[in-house]
Amino acid sequence: MESAFFIEKGVLILAVFAITMLIALYSTFAERKIAAFFQDRVGPNRAGPGGFLQPLADGVKMFTKEDFTPDTPNKFLFILGPGLFMTTALVTSAVIPWGDTISLFGREIRLQIADINVALLFVFGVVSIGVYGIMIGGWASNNKYSLLGAVRASSQMISYEIAMGLSIIAVLMMTGTLSLREISIQQHGFIDWNSHWLSWNVFKQPLAFLIFLICAFAETNRTPFDLPECESELIGGYHTEYSSMKLGFYLFAEYINMFISSAIISVLFFGGFNYPGMNLVNETLGTNIMALLGVVALFGKIFFFIFFYMWVRWTLPRFRYDQLMNLGWKVLIPLAIANIVVTGAVILLWK
Amino acid sequence: MATNIKNISLSGRKKDVSNKDMTFMERIYLPAIAKGMGITLRHFFKPKVTIHYPEQKREFSPVFRGRHILMRDENGAERCTACGLCALSCPAEAITMTSAERKKGEENLYREEKYASVYEINMLRCIFCGLCEEACPKEAIFLTEDLVAPDYQREGFIYGKDKLVMPLEDKPVNIK
Repeated sequence: MESAFFIEKGVLILAVFAITMLIALYSTFAERKIAAFFQDRVGPNRAGPGGFLQPLADGVKMFTKEDFTPDTPNKFLFILGPGLFMTTALVTSAVIPWGDTISLFGREIRLQIADINVALLFVFGVVSIGVYGIMIGGWASNNKYSLLGAVRASSQMISYEIAMGLSIIAVLMMTGTLSLREISIQQHGFIDWNSHWLSWNVFKQPLAFLIFLICAFAETNRTPFDLPECESELIGGYHTEYSSMKLGFYLFAEYINMFISSAIISVLFFGGFNYPGMNLVNETLGTNIMALLGVVALFGKIFFFIFFYMWVRWTLPRFRYDQLMNLGWKVLIPLAIANIVVTGAVILLWK
Repeated sequence: MATNIKNISLSGRKKDVSNKDMTFMERIYLPAIAKGMGITLRHFFKPKVTIHYPEQKREFSPVFRGRHILMRDENGAERCTACGLCALSCPAEAITMTSAERKKGEENLYREEKYASVYEINMLRCIFCGLCEEACPKEAIFLTEDLVAPDYQREGFIYGKDKLVMPLEDKPVNIK
């Protein structure tokens, strides 16, 4: 019993880790391809068939570059920074329900590494640790521009975390649970026959979704909120002094963050592993097929949001810093609070 | 009202700039963002204009002037008589040559009694103006549609007769 449990979880952890890495790897390729398509170009197409081996070539390039360490008194912190950023990006994947329960070898296997009842709090906690990765990296670079970049980045992330947390509270008031698994199950199917309303949270809380989406863009440092990086204006922000695979970790972690935040958006607002007509599939083809199709549905939603991230990146220009702070503090936080009040009133009225 | 400079619009697209406050719809930006994303999405599905260079090549204009070639006649003999008019006309002074006298038995190699034993064009100096082609009285030098190949050494860009003279199998066929 015990060993089977460990094998089950071990396989799940390895699979999730490998899939996360693979998707992040190919997100870099997808980003370049999609950017090219939005700009009427064709993008990288030389390495391998259709340029499919481009990420490998990029990886080899990253690894073989000179690993420069600046003259800093904090060598350990300098190495710790990208490692911490990468770790926090990866850890969040543990609580995401990738699929429903499937029965295999006489066991009920939940396609989720850890079903903890405070999953959403865990996600927020880990995400806020991600700021340390940036801050430590910028601080340990012993370069005032890196430090300034790190301060900009962390103040942005902390500001938007508040609005993000507030926007989620409205959802939590409706679901009444912090467990991502239960939130997924509550959005069963596509149409809720009890209330005759669409069951996904996005249709119940569109404003919360909008605020959460904007904050997710800010948290992952993507355009239009990519001020920490600002390729064209700053000299690279907090990772100015980084090179080789340490820089690679920072850049790679951004893509992992993108994947994970897409997954969280899908789970919280777009029904996670639920899809229209899943009851029919359950009756005709069985529970396992239904669960597997659910995994496919979840990844479809995730891929759409990754595409959406890139779509926005190659459409919108970057915010100015004061605009960013105005949007975060003066627009999103009041909106989120108003949303909480309205949601609370509606819930009370319905009772 | 008399024609004032303020009322004239030469392009017909003159717009008065106003400082009016944005409406609520404009201030929430989301409709504008959606519109912009629609535009980029349209570009996503547009046919791409890229020419995949080594596989596809851009069509040259019929008057394109590229790498030079020294012509042969129908018998395969070199047409150049080393008169030096091309070198004289060259504004970039890219052409040098050494002339030599044709020996007996070399009539199938050289068309005229005098020929160029050394004929060099410095492709780094050449500006591909085509004046050599126009100056040539023997129709011996032409600019082709080929490009000059890149090289790592400057020496590689001084093209001698080995690179300039038309290959024997390409000699023009006598049309009569």
